[in-house]
Amino acid sequence: MAATLTILIDGLTYASWLFIVALGLTLVFGVLKILNIAHGSFYALGAYMAATFVAWGASMQWAPAFSLVAMLLAAVAVAAIVAPLTERGLLRFFYGRDEVLLVLVTYALFLILEDVTKLIWGANPYFVSEPYAMFGNVDVGIQSYVGYDFALVGLAVVVGLAVWWGLNRTRQGKIVLAVIHSAEVASSMGVNVSRVYMLAFSVGIFLAALGGAFTAPMISVQPGVSVGVVIVSFAVVIIGGLGSIEGAAIGALIVGMARSLAVHLAPVAELFAIYVVMAIVLTFRPEGLFQRIQARKI
Amino acid sequence: MARQSGLKPCVGRGSTLRAMVGAAALCCAGALSTQAQAQETFKVGIVSFLSGQAAESFGIPAVNGAKVLLDAFNKGAAPAPYNKPGFGGMKLEFVYVDEAGGATKQVQELRNLYDREKVDAVVGYVSSGDCLAVAPVAEELKKFLILYDCGTPRIFEDNKFNYVFRTASHGAMDNVALARYLKAKNIKVDSFNLINQDYAWGQDSKKDFIGAMEKLFPSAKAGQDLLPKFGAGQYGTEISALMSKPADVTHSSLWGGDLQAFILQSGPRGLFKRTQVVLSAGDHVLPGLGEKMPDGTILGARGAYGLMSPKSPLNDWWWDLYEKAYNVYPVQAPYRMVQSLLGLKLATEKAMAANGGKKPTHEQLAAALRGMEWDSPAGKIKMALGNGHQAIQDTAISKTRWDAGKKMVMLEDIVRFPAECVNPPPDMKAEDWIKAGFPGAKGCP
Repeated sequence: MAATLTILIDGLTYASWLFIVALGLTLVFGVLKILNIAHGSFYALGAYMAATFVAWGASMQWAPAFSLVAMLLAAVAVAAIVAPLTERGLLRFFYGRDEVLLVLVTYALFLILEDVTKLIWGANPYFVSEPYAMFGNVDVGIQSYVGYDFALVGLAVVVGLAVWWGLNRTRQGKIVLAVIHSAEVASSMGVNVSRVYMLAFSVGIFLAALGGAFTAPMISVQPGVSVGVVIVSFAVVIIGGLGSIEGAAIGALIVGMARSLAVHLAPVAELFAIYVVMAIVLTFRPEGLFQRIQARKI
Repeated sequence: MARQSGLKPCVGRGSTLRAMVGAAALCCAGALSTQAQAQETFKVGIVSFLSGQAAESFGIPAVNGAKVLLDAFNKGAAPAPYNKPGFGGMKLEFVYVDEAGGATKQVQELRNLYDREKVDAVVGYVSSGDCLAVAPVAEELKKFLILYDCGTPRIFEDNKFNYVFRTASHGAMDNVALARYLKAKNIKVDSFNLINQDYAWGQDSKKDFIGAMEKLFPSAKAGQDLLPKFGAGQYGTEISALMSKPADVTHSSLWGGDLQAFILQSGPRGLFKRTQVVLSAGDHVLPGLGEKMPDGTILGARGAYGLMSPKSPLNDWWWDLYEKAYNVYPVQAPYRMVQSLLGLKLATEKAMAANGGKKPTHEQLAAALRGMEWDSPAGKIKMALGNGHQAIQDTAISKTRWDAGKKMVMLEDIVRFPAECVNPPPDMKAEDWIKAGFPGAKGCP
């Protein structure tokens, strides 16, 4: 029983972290039809920005709780500055082109942003672990968990609900849904599609940066943090179905639980487990769990 | 180009025979002088991670070490016997190449260094995969190559090279020394867990540690054997697994950002209080982590490096040189780079002496370094294995303690292990040597 509970908690905490990042990836694909290879770079930018903001707050001797606000502001800053620059300055010139070309463009962007982060922050690591201890520890049986991990679960739930509510219950969200269904028809109805693209891309980048910002206290922020997360995020959105919010949530849970089961019961299969699950899902649902089958336009 | 443009005015200038002879003499002198100048440089290609996950911990500190040392060489500012300017009077030039991008890219980059950049020697490679890929290429090209960092024992145990050298011990030393430290300190070990990255370095480290423990602690049982992927970043699940089946000792060869993340996440959960954590290559995270590094962690540095380095005038000079330049003390990566460059300098000067003072060829360089011994800041380096192509060296293991007064992690309870105690003899593979119970091991504490 205790072992099962441990597996569930580990799976849930890992899934929460993953969901926040993967949600941004699936949102960008859903609206802009871009498989954003550079998504991990925005995650890294969020982590670096959070490290800078938290360190600055500490130097100003602000209350420790400010660090949570600082991390949120870091994600907002990345979304407000970098996302519009990227979307308006680069991506929009490739809309309507082959999807493979867009993948290559975002890969180039990934390489550029890797060097940009190194130019700005250098190669030395940044440590901002103080917020990690803010929520104390929670003992569950023989395990002692850090409260921050459970706070991240809460954050993931809030983020998921907010995005769902924003898309399904607001006028702006319904416009975005209209663009997802058909940018051409939405445009003919007077929707400013370019604006919707920029908004959706910014929200997607905000989610990537938010994931990075709230992960910063648990890691050393340094070159290379962008790579691992984007690979697992792709597995999540492929399992869930590209462009589906529910799919990202269920995909993250499946990946989190598969990994947790593997680490606890068959560690040698840890790397393998996530991709086995992905292969099984794709065998029976090639379009992912939550994506509707679409007729091909001729 | 420069030589061609210098010849043209000489040819067209003289109208009389005397003038032509004079001009020809001047031209020849100029050409000879240019040739002599060309001989007075020695070009070194340095390859290490300048980007990606290994840059912060290994690549950039190593390259930083190379920069200050090569600058000191050019100024003739290094202590004897390294005090001749440059390499035997030849000015040093460097080309730095990023190791990121995978083995295929590195093979091409190595060819470029020899064929286009015309380097006289290449010193490089952190990744064991890159080392395994580039070594046969250098051999095929008959070009001189020093592997300065990578740890897999297989390079010289499974191959025979004439032009390739490794100037640091392979990874078996680190794990044998850890097990010997536990024995020397009478630490109770009835069980041990393992967490290592799922690639060559992690797998080899785990295998060597288990092998050494089977010989030194025959009743100890291996428990959890976790293999997270390289660059995992999130270790919550692994920490739970380690805490679910607690063992007396938890072994890890994690390094860089992975090790830092593991410590940051497992420290607050109390893992380090429930088990004795032993890290085979943990010294390089100490300056960055500071007080976040749990007290009492047993660690090695893959040599007697950094805070475990022996006291000597050469080490004092090197420590000051690096610390003044970068405002942080040198850890394992720059030490390993420096010992390779010191060896290269002495080998070059030895080969020049045998070559009448002229710049040596790749063959002559290889002949000079084969089986050589030299002093480094971390002690004596002996090219004792792999037919004189693989180094052995002393190492040390110690325990961490945060010093609030000095605001740094100190290393105490240092135990030093002579090279012959923790490295296999020349005629044995590391794995066989460990399985046989370390035959021929000498001077063990």
